[in-house]
Amino acid sequence: MLRYITSRVAIAALMAVLATLVIFLIANTVPGDPVLTQLGDLAASNPDYVARFRAKWGLDLPLWEQYWVFLRGIVHGDLGMSIASQRPVLDDILQYAPATIELSTIAFALSLLIGIPLGILAAVRRDSWIDHVARLVSLIGVSSPTFWLAFIMLAIFYGGLQIAPGPGRLDPIAFPPPTVTGLFLVDSALVGDWDTFWDAAAHLVLPSIVLAAATLGLITRTTRASMLESLQQEYVRVARAKGLRETMIVTGHVLPNALIPVVTLGGLAYANLLTGAVMTETIFSWPGLGRYTFQSAVSLDFPAIMGITLMVAVVYLVINLLIDFSYALLDPRVVRR
Amino acid sequence: MTDATFQAVPTAVVQPVPSSRARRVWRRYGLAGVGAAIICIWLLVALAAPLLSPYAPDAVDVVNRLQPPSTAHWFGTDALGRDVLARLLYGSRISLFTGTVVVLLSAVFGTVLGGIAAYAGGKIEEVIMRITDLVLCFPPIILAMAIAAALGIGITNTIIAMLVVWWPKFARLARSLVIVQRSREYVEAAHVVGFGPGRVLMRHIIPNAIGPLIVLVTLDVGNAIITFAGLSFLGLGVVPPTAEWGAMVSEGRELVEQWWVATFPGLAILTVVLGFNFLGDGIRDWLDPKARRR
Repeated sequence: MLRYITSRVAIAALMAVLATLVIFLIANTVPGDPVLTQLGDLAASNPDYVARFRAKWGLDLPLWEQYWVFLRGIVHGDLGMSIASQRPVLDDILQYAPATIELSTIAFALSLLIGIPLGILAAVRRDSWIDHVARLVSLIGVSSPTFWLAFIMLAIFYGGLQIAPGPGRLDPIAFPPPTVTGLFLVDSALVGDWDTFWDAAAHLVLPSIVLAAATLGLITRTTRASMLESLQQEYVRVARAKGLRETMIVTGHVLPNALIPVVTLGGLAYANLLTGAVMTETIFSWPGLGRYTFQSAVSLDFPAIMGITLMVAVVYLVINLLIDFSYALLDPRVVRR
Repeated sequence: MTDATFQAVPTAVVQPVPSSRARRVWRRYGLAGVGAAIICIWLLVALAAPLLSPYAPDAVDVVNRLQPPSTAHWFGTDALGRDVLARLLYGSRISLFTGTVVVLLSAVFGTVLGGIAAYAGGKIEEVIMRITDLVLCFPPIILAMAIAAALGIGITNTIIAMLVVWWPKFARLARSLVIVQRSREYVEAAHVVGFGPGRVLMRHIIPNAIGPLIVLVTLDVGNAIITFAGLSFLGLGVVPPTAEWGAMVSEGRELVEQWWVATFPGLAILTVVLGFNFLGDGIRDWLDPKARRR
């Protein structure tokens, strides 16, 4: 078991580093030039400036040496300097991560809390109206473009009804709570600043609903399909024959068995939320990793893009390991094997 | 009174028959049928856009800018006075085209690669699947964004960027499907008859494994349409005056008072994608004997 885990971690770590190599090669073969996007036309036309810029960011070194510098940095916990923000990439990522973690965790919890019960009901009452409603809700959730859903939510609840706050994590005139974790809900609760707590909570409502929509559809469909599969197993018939109540059968026997695919897909969906909330964060002016990723990609800030790629690979690696461990929790047979 | 009872008899006798039949038809083809109908309507719209559209999609009319929906402009006008309906109709061409092209090309490429991997096994399989894993390592949107930003904006470049990240899921699925088929008797029989490996793969194995691939392709077109529109929304899809749905939503995103500018193109994306998801979901039920409705 331990050997299996270490070999898997080693392979995944290798893949993560290889992924940065791919980004690095793309960065150096595509016709875009970071010098032009960063310096502006006037400075870029001056060869002296361009040469100094290249020397400063190591862009004048041979390719393999540039990559070697990057690899050597990783070992020392240094992901290089972002060309756009002029700060270490790791500092940037650590600064933006809490906003994203807070948002995607709440969105994920929301989609689990609604999606799993809805999926169970749809499977138990198959072909009833609730099954059809669940199907429609999940298909609409999956089919809505996030950026449009965000606009509609803002237009209705912020612009029209004026019951929800606008974009951002806090009211523009409010001060953020003293940084402990960077999660505003936790930080404000720690110092007992309930005004800020409720302000942060209110700002989370719309973006987390938007972000939850697609994940909710996925969770509902997976739960339903997996429940249907488990409901046809022998042990369900045995349990019924024993005279167990149907609710006991569903929650006690079928659900634990049906949750494994939900955990797999749900875990990957969570990783996806943590790393890919680009649209939602852009529209809600959410100072998180999604917006940072977008800005880095647009300005061709390749040190930042490589750092983000590495971070994303690590997030997927960790989530995949957590998924495997949760199998063991859900299904004792996994450990014995 | 007598009139009522007289009428009640035939309805009571006749009605259950067509209604249960309709219900049976609905159960069997319902959602997939609705999905197919939606897609057909949009295909017709895309083909007939110049005939249907009341104005040219890029006809600027600054005097009539940001007009609410009216009889002259059914869906209103945008910030440059362009007719939202006309732009929406023309936009269907880009969305349907890019979505289909990206998915079909990557499905063909991924399936052939995954098929070869599973069929050849050994070193070849190892190399192909590790490359696939490597590309799957990147969140698609990030890599597509970096590539689109680097190549410059434009429909072709964005399609290329999407293709780079799109094919691995097809390679994975095709590989797992082919591995299941590979050990079947008919494959052995084809070998015994003396067919070469290429022919066995293309003419025997892939046709037998194609069901789940069709489902993935159908569901995925919707996915590709949303992704392309999303890249466009971020300014990485089409060159500005082009009428494209994601770009239209982007142009209207600040106009909360003039809700029609962003709402209608968004609804267009939603309905097309819903059509593909309905169809794909329906086909899946239809192909899966366990989920098939009685």
